[in-house]
Amino acid sequence: MQPIRRRRLPTLLAAAFAVLALSTAGAAAKDGVVIAMGIEPAGLDPTIAAPAAIGQVTWQNVFEGLTRIDRDGKVRPQLAEAWDIATDGKTYTFHLRSGVRFHNGVAFDAATAKFTLDRARGEKSTNPQKQFFETIERIEAPDAQTLVLSLKQPTGNLLYWLGWPTAVMLEPSSAEDDRTHPIGTGPFVFDGWRQGVSVDLKRNEAYWDAARRPQLSSATFRFIADAQAQAAAVQSGEVDAVPEFGAPELFASFKDDPRLETVVGDTELKVVAGLNLRKPPLDDVRVRQALMMAIDRQVVIEGAWSGFGTPIGSHYTPNDPGYVDLTGRLAYDPAKARALLAEAGHADGLDLTIKVPQMTYATRSAEVLQALLAEVGVRLTIVPTEFPAKWIDEVFKRHDFDMTIVAHAEPLDIGIYARPDYYFGYRNPQFDRVLGEAEAATDTARRLELYGEAQRMLADDVPALYLFVMPKLGVWKAGLKGLWANEPIPSNDLTEVRWDD
Amino acid sequence: MLLRRLIGLLLTLLAVSLLLFLVMNLLPGDPAAVMLGTSARPDTLAAMREAMGLDRPLPVRFVVWLGGVLTGDFGTSITYGTPVAELIRDRAAVTLPLAGLAILLSILIALPLGLVSAARRGRRADAVAGLFAQLGLALPNFWIGLLLVLVFASELHWLPSGGFPGWSAGLGPALSALVLPTVALALPQAAVLTRVTRAALLDTLAEDFVRTARAKGLTRREALLRHALPNAMVPILTILGLQFSFLVAGAVLVENVFDLPGLGRLVYQALLQRDAVVVQGTVLCFTALVVVVNFLVDLAYLRFDPRLRAAS
Repeated sequence: MQPIRRRRLPTLLAAAFAVLALSTAGAAAKDGVVIAMGIEPAGLDPTIAAPAAIGQVTWQNVFEGLTRIDRDGKVRPQLAEAWDIATDGKTYTFHLRSGVRFHNGVAFDAATAKFTLDRARGEKSTNPQKQFFETIERIEAPDAQTLVLSLKQPTGNLLYWLGWPTAVMLEPSSAEDDRTHPIGTGPFVFDGWRQGVSVDLKRNEAYWDAARRPQLSSATFRFIADAQAQAAAVQSGEVDAVPEFGAPELFASFKDDPRLETVVGDTELKVVAGLNLRKPPLDDVRVRQALMMAIDRQVVIEGAWSGFGTPIGSHYTPNDPGYVDLTGRLAYDPAKARALLAEAGHADGLDLTIKVPQMTYATRSAEVLQALLAEVGVRLTIVPTEFPAKWIDEVFKRHDFDMTIVAHAEPLDIGIYARPDYYFGYRNPQFDRVLGEAEAATDTARRLELYGEAQRMLADDVPALYLFVMPKLGVWKAGLKGLWANEPIPSNDLTEVRWDD
Repeated sequence: MLLRRLIGLLLTLLAVSLLLFLVMNLLPGDPAAVMLGTSARPDTLAAMREAMGLDRPLPVRFVVWLGGVLTGDFGTSITYGTPVAELIRDRAAVTLPLAGLAILLSILIALPLGLVSAARRGRRADAVAGLFAQLGLALPNFWIGLLLVLVFASELHWLPSGGFPGWSAGLGPALSALVLPTVALALPQAAVLTRVTRAALLDTLAEDFVRTARAKGLTRREALLRHALPNAMVPILTILGLQFSFLVAGAVLVENVFDLPGLGRLVYQALLQRDAVVVQGTVLCFTALVVVVNFLVDLAYLRFDPRLRAAS
């Protein structure tokens, strides 16, 4: 008996494995897509909380705005098909599209649009970009298809801001539940959220825009935190795409795989080492300039992100309209940096601490900064902190730091330097004035010129060490078309995604 | 005795819940600030704190939460917006089977190995088992997990690399998702258990009663199975009981590697986002589980050791 039994065991095991393997194969249908994301959204309503992951699941897929931002970062009409701007730049009249319905059947009209904007700017609003709506003084809905916004001052960015995930249109009776069950006007309908696992969407068969009706019948966003696990999932074919792959050092390994396509694009994530200008020695602009000149950005990019990434010289990305390349402004020059430090009275060197969150890009960048700054006599002590909770408490709220390092995710957020109590502690009335004028300017050329001036001021004043823009490392199955290569706004717009036969 | 233990269990849980509540609320970091990120402003922060119920005083929040727990309502997750009880139920459906399977597998590996190496002490089988135990102790479970994924998922495509389709997808797909994590979790445990089994058996083999058993004519094998093994069960059970708590905790790393939506990952994610309600509820359930398992192990001692039965 025994010999037979012994021989049977491996056979049985092999059979069991085969059955299991068969039962998992062939799961992916050709007209559906499985997208992997590193971070699970905290709720599914982008108008009440900040995490970018919320918009990356819902924006343009489930929810739409009066305007939208396309893959090139351009503003386009969406639920508003056209608009008139009064000559003083203070009245916007939107002509809303007719025949648009929310996923629960309720019609979209000027009243729902007014409700959405009032909710975002109201007293109880937790909208993460509430300042966008502060320029609005009065909202009127003279008829179902017309929405009139009267502004406190001309606001050149209004149409752009209305295209953001934070400004999507909600339906009044379902708005409270959008957090767990989003209802919008978009090309995909919410089809379930298995917390910790995935969000499922299915095609909106009644989508209003016949020209942009999606080809995918369904889409699944799967949340895989670990980069190794992301790589395994895309290599084994369980997910079709990882639009933002988390481990640059593994990215090269996809290149030789004929089943996969890799695309390196740009994000809006600006990696900056913020400085605390409230206290010595970083209140001295010479010290800050010296620190900037001690940094070889290419070395940082190499060490932190395997050479992927674009160096920046100010708080602005090459994606943004009006970008000026300022990386040559305080270019890498350790000798000059030393001289400037000596001039500021730090000939014997300087001791600084940097509070570093646990994210890979931050810890690696900090180590490179430490090595580079040591070359000019700055002894940098790395103090680990935890993002977001601890970092927000220590650095963002209590300003208890010398240096820190995080990636700023919001597109076109140069305005943070004009906020009075922002964590850098940067106060420059001239900057505030230029930025105010830029935001009010309705003439595009003039606005971009002013933004250029603002970028230059930051490059000279160095409230933060401007390092690099995070790349968007995309990897997906060959044959999958239509995903965005760049990310002018955090998103995974699936409207144009399809399979090539 | 049972009643006393039950009261002790409840007091333990009450103390744990109070401690948890205090720790979670004294940790630096405000969940409202986490949700609003780097764009937070004082007015939106205040509105968010109110929406999350954080504007009420601490003792009030504790009493409300505890009252809810007593009626089975663990509160609502402040990040997900869904009831914590549902979250825990869904996640326990992954972690508990995983831990159970891993225990089972480690027993299936360790007991025979331990028996063989004790029976053939110093021989080749003992050396092989010893090597396995050394390796199992030296390799961390998440690393074994990575290795398994590379071989069985990325290269051979026999098993999924991670994720969990849910029990609703059928027993086959659900179990196949648990195969690799179970192996990764079980191997280090099996290594420990092999060593304990071998040592415990060798101890009892040296006892007088085993010599007596041999003297009355039992073979070595009979003496080992009938007399030495039952007497070695108490230390083996002790380790098993400890291992269960360790497995549930150790599942955090393995759940991350295999992208399994288990309790470990739930707690970890909630901790990062300062979702205190979720952390409190989940850790409380963990604690209850560990206390209950220890209780069961105590009961099992009575089964294997008549002397303990007489004492109680």
